[in-house]
Amino acid sequence: MTTVHLVDTDVNNLLSICNALEMAGADLRICRTPAELDDAERIVLPGVGAYRDCIGGLRNGGFVPILNNLVLEKRLPIIGICVGMQMMARRSLEMGEYEGLGWFEADVVRLTPVSSDGSPLRVPQIGWNSTSYRAGEPLFAGLPPEPDLYYVHSYHLQCDDAADVAATCEYGMAVTASVRKGNIAATQFHPEKSQDFGLRILENFLRWKP
Amino acid sequence: MLKRRLIPKLQMKSSRFGGQMVLVTTVQFDKVIEVGDPISQAKIYQAQAADELVFLDLDATPQNRKPMAEVIRKAAEEIFMPITIGGGVTTVEDFRVMQQNGADKVSINTAAVENPRLITDASERFGAQCVVVSIDFRQDADGTYYVWTRGGKQKTALNPVVWAAECERLGAGEILLTSIDRDGTRGGLDVEITRRVAESVSIPVIAAGGCGVAMDFVDGFLQGKADAVSAGTFFCFQDQNPMQTRAHINNAGIPIRLHT
Repeated sequence: MTTVHLVDTDVNNLLSICNALEMAGADLRICRTPAELDDAERIVLPGVGAYRDCIGGLRNGGFVPILNNLVLEKRLPIIGICVGMQMMARRSLEMGEYEGLGWFEADVVRLTPVSSDGSPLRVPQIGWNSTSYRAGEPLFAGLPPEPDLYYVHSYHLQCDDAADVAATCEYGMAVTASVRKGNIAATQFHPEKSQDFGLRILENFLRWKP
Repeated sequence: MLKRRLIPKLQMKSSRFGGQMVLVTTVQFDKVIEVGDPISQAKIYQAQAADELVFLDLDATPQNRKPMAEVIRKAAEEIFMPITIGGGVTTVEDFRVMQQNGADKVSINTAAVENPRLITDASERFGAQCVVVSIDFRQDADGTYYVWTRGGKQKTALNPVVWAAECERLGAGEILLTSIDRDGTRGGLDVEITRRVAESVSIPVIAAGGCGVAMDFVDGFLQGKADAVSAGTFFCFQDQNPMQTRAHINNAGIPIRLHT
């Protein structure tokens, strides 16, 4: 079993992600205080709901310094999911402007999808969308080309550096589906809600040695 | 490309024998038939790669109680797809409890009409994506559509198209639109009103009530412009399952997830 430390800032619905990680073979440690992250080897940063609440939970809980240390200095493998991914950006423009962790040179911006006939598409994007990933991306190992994965979001990462983008999906625009830079990976879609493919991505994360 | 969605609907009531939650089907929100165990059925839908599941507790509002969190909690242990729960939710705290028990989205119906502020409060707290407003409607003899609440017992003065647009303005992330007249009849969706609602909002619309053959799903997507179609009776009683239905939809040229 692979030990995984999951950051719990008390604003998230963690049941599904915990169940899915355990199904994928994780020995889970739920961390409600920064000190519980001390012996982490592998980290999950979830996030659901409003950006302000998620990043506020992380800051007010005192998680930012230790996360910076574990991720940027010790270079532990980490996966951010949904708003967990968005918190890794420099800032978010969701209902105001909020400073993020700044691990990716990226802004979190509202989706502005336009259909082929010029009419706007529905926001949030809700549902299963085929996802194109970069060859050799460790989280996508063993998946077929263009797997359908589950999305529910109104905002996404707009990266300054295209090299950070590991996967995209098409929704009236190129939506950033996944980013990765070294040991830092994240997905906009929900692996814990994406049935077999999602569980495979979590298994890949547990095996990943960046 | 974003796929259209097939959403089995699991309606539940307290069993007449023993009181545990049982899976039921209804006809026009009446004529209840007990058909089995909701968790077992949910696992079957997971094996058949349904796109999402909706659990509705039909007794909660009439009995003035909260929805059954335990059912969702058990389902979430083994089901890795999005789950919506509805029935009896009246407060932001109810949303939180449902989420903590594994619901991704929470559906409100009567409470949304009686206290529209709840839509906004829940949306601000949990994000619009969590707030599904369920709209049940009937057509009067003169053809006019009205929203009904309290499990189809209480007529309101609201028009479903106008109410759906108002729900979006208040912060809803999705509309679950159900024809009471067609519920359980297998006579086909009300594609006309579905289309009018879909065209009046910019959030996704789930059409429900009346699916009897696979073609009804196709009509809901093509004519009704629905983003998703939900069905209870169709999947409970027939030899049809989401995989077969999906093939019909795919053959009609509609983007749909084929099994993984």
